[in-house]
Amino acid sequence: MLQGYDPKGFYDEMFAADSQPRRHYSKFRQLFDDIAPTDFGQRCDEVDLAFLRQGVTFNVYGDSKGTERIFPFDLVPRVIPNSEWELLERGLIQRITALNLFLHDIYHEQKIVKDGVIPPYYILSARHFRREFVNFQVPRDIYIHICGTDLIRGADGQWMVLEDNGRTPSGVSYVLENRQALKRTFPTMFEEIGVRPVDHYPQELLKTLQHVAPAKAVDPTVVLLTPGPHNSAYFEHTYLARQMGIQIVEGRDLIVRDARVFMRTTKGLQPVHVIYRRIDDDFLDPTVFRRDSALGVPGLISAYRAGNVSLANSVGTGLADDKVMYYFVPRMIKYYLDQDPIIPNVPTFLASEDSDRKYMLENLDKLVVKAANESGGYGMLMGPRACAEERAKFHAAIQADPRNYIGQPMISLSTHPTHVGDGAFEGRHVDLRPFILYGEKTVIVPGGLTRVALTKGSLVVNSSQGGGSKDTWVLFGDE
Amino acid sequence: MLSRVANSLYWMARYIERADNIARIVDANLQLLMESRRVGPEESGAHWAPVVESTGDEEAFAAVHALATGTSVTDFLIFDVRNGNSLVSSVNQARENARMVRDQVPGEMWEELNRLYLYVRSAEAASIWEDNPFAFLQQIRSSALTLLGISYASTPHNEGWHFLQAGKFLERADKTTRMLDLRHASLPRTGMPGPISQADALGWAAILRSCSAWDAYKAIHGSAVHPRWVAEYLLLSDEFPRSLKFCVERLDASLRAVSGVAARRFSNDAEKFSGRLLAELQFGTIEEVFQTGLHDYIDQIQTRLNQIGDELFRAYIFQPFVNLEDEIMVQQEFQQQQ
Repeated sequence: MLQGYDPKGFYDEMFAADSQPRRHYSKFRQLFDDIAPTDFGQRCDEVDLAFLRQGVTFNVYGDSKGTERIFPFDLVPRVIPNSEWELLERGLIQRITALNLFLHDIYHEQKIVKDGVIPPYYILSARHFRREFVNFQVPRDIYIHICGTDLIRGADGQWMVLEDNGRTPSGVSYVLENRQALKRTFPTMFEEIGVRPVDHYPQELLKTLQHVAPAKAVDPTVVLLTPGPHNSAYFEHTYLARQMGIQIVEGRDLIVRDARVFMRTTKGLQPVHVIYRRIDDDFLDPTVFRRDSALGVPGLISAYRAGNVSLANSVGTGLADDKVMYYFVPRMIKYYLDQDPIIPNVPTFLASEDSDRKYMLENLDKLVVKAANESGGYGMLMGPRACAEERAKFHAAIQADPRNYIGQPMISLSTHPTHVGDGAFEGRHVDLRPFILYGEKTVIVPGGLTRVALTKGSLVVNSSQGGGSKDTWVLFGDE
Repeated sequence: MLSRVANSLYWMARYIERADNIARIVDANLQLLMESRRVGPEESGAHWAPVVESTGDEEAFAAVHALATGTSVTDFLIFDVRNGNSLVSSVNQARENARMVRDQVPGEMWEELNRLYLYVRSAEAASIWEDNPFAFLQQIRSSALTLLGISYASTPHNEGWHFLQAGKFLERADKTTRMLDLRHASLPRTGMPGPISQADALGWAAILRSCSAWDAYKAIHGSAVHPRWVAEYLLLSDEFPRSLKFCVERLDASLRAVSGVAARRFSNDAEKFSGRLLAELQFGTIEEVFQTGLHDYIDQIQTRLNQIGDELFRAYIFQPFVNLEDEIMVQQEFQQQQ
């Protein structure tokens, strides 16, 4: 079915420059060619219908009708050979370890600042730096328990880290659902090709959460705190809670008495010990953070400070999500672990540095400019594709608030054959978000969420901006 | 179980039952009209106005329609989302409640409910309704039956299930009495009704059909339809799963299963009122019902069912939600004492 596929000069995941399938795709390619195009179209429709019926959907913000959409799913899987995955795994473990050491350091001795590795200005001006939590002891010194790190591959095939999501990364439910869907669609392929399973994620997540339970809790109760059904990731919250067999609660289900957290049940108040919170710091507790937050629980932070309840992720991890901190991660790895980064960063310019800013302002047409604390593909300028007016807007914004901007060369992300309708396949740009669990040991389920920019030529993979996803297959072997 | 979850399960079950009952009542009345010889605007109005009254939404109806006709009433009862109790609104509400507790609802149940939700909103459904209303209503009823079957046969009969049961039987008890009340205008206000006309007999038979009770009734009384027997069957039958007594019995049992309190005792007002109503149904007769007058009796029953619902809410679901501002103050005082 992939006859005549043209990678158009990009680094393609499936096909090498000579149009031959890469070694780790050869088995898939053979089996896939046996499927008739009409049959394939029918299977696509079946999967879409199944997702819609199961309500595997996300809510679109700003849509007054409250429309739910399915997250478009492309049936052609992305394949990663095991040896390559093992390298990525080592790189990700190295990175999360450094980030947790960094956060612990910043919220305690701040040695990395004192030793001049990171200028204090950048820490103090970071929007998500929670100075109230300096010298606060988080359970087992873990700040980021769950991390979603976005990886990309550039024109030469080199893996790079695009960003770390150390607050409340989402998308893992799609990893699990996509796998279920593909197992139903290509039932025989998995065995023949040898694909590493991913379904143990919920158990591993639960272990990670139980690991940080307060020591005095004998049989700790873990809950998932959601902002509620109107949140775009609500499906994922319910999915994970169900898979882990824990309660999903909203802020109004919880109450704090004597610095202890309880949930309101039909049998009265019951204690809660670990909260997997899918709410940002700002909304957790209106007595401490945003007073207008109706999503949180008054008094939650005092219970947290008293050590009666643990939060995952910890408060204050947003500091590591700051795109300016991203710039310093290779230095953190060197500083804390005395290692070189296994997966490099994308080259980055900091607008606060005079020389970098000068370069950025002069080369806006070549760079991608990002706001330091936005996510979801918002607050971004794709220089080479933007109009003069947009560039002028960012030109002014950078000068007005240089701390809030970084610049990166535009990476032409690797492409992957993607079904574009009627049995035709074209290359679409992809990234990869593995989910890292940092508990007693660090666990990464093989692969992660491959996001794909479904719009032709687009480099933006976010679901809010026309992105879809693929199943990601890490092989047991290399072919 | 979280109080909020119990609340959502309870309302999900009520709304599914409500949608099913609307489908039943519209179905039986459409069939009845097909059997009458001439249907001018007046007969049509006389026929459909009580149907709206039986749902208790006559004010909402009057606000959007001047005349009760087949089209205006069925549209109001089925598709109109301005009517919070229409079939489509009920399906929306059931699904929204399920969505709020998505993790507590069995996967199969969610899928079926979601399918029903997508179906009633689809263009396909509207065109089926135009061509063949019975086929449309049949779809709704099968879906409601599927949902009942899933909840009965493939989910654990735990606390959440008993909240589903409580919601379902409370709603069904209410709807059965409302359907029975449909032809009260043809009865004397109090006292046992005398012989009835053939047209009336058809009307009472339609009530039995709305409740799926026609075959069961015939097995006992033959095809002679009389309000006395119809009322007795729908109010006091021990065996028929839509009779008032049957529903209250199940409701009472589920309330006790939730609290673990024995049948002759009570631990909250919901149990007190349901136990009391059940005792009266167990030791009441249809003669006494007609002495009170069927319509007045049904009115009282509905008030008492509402009372049980309110007390259920107060006992398990009503969360003493503190006002957020007050709670912030409480917490800040606590933090200052530290």
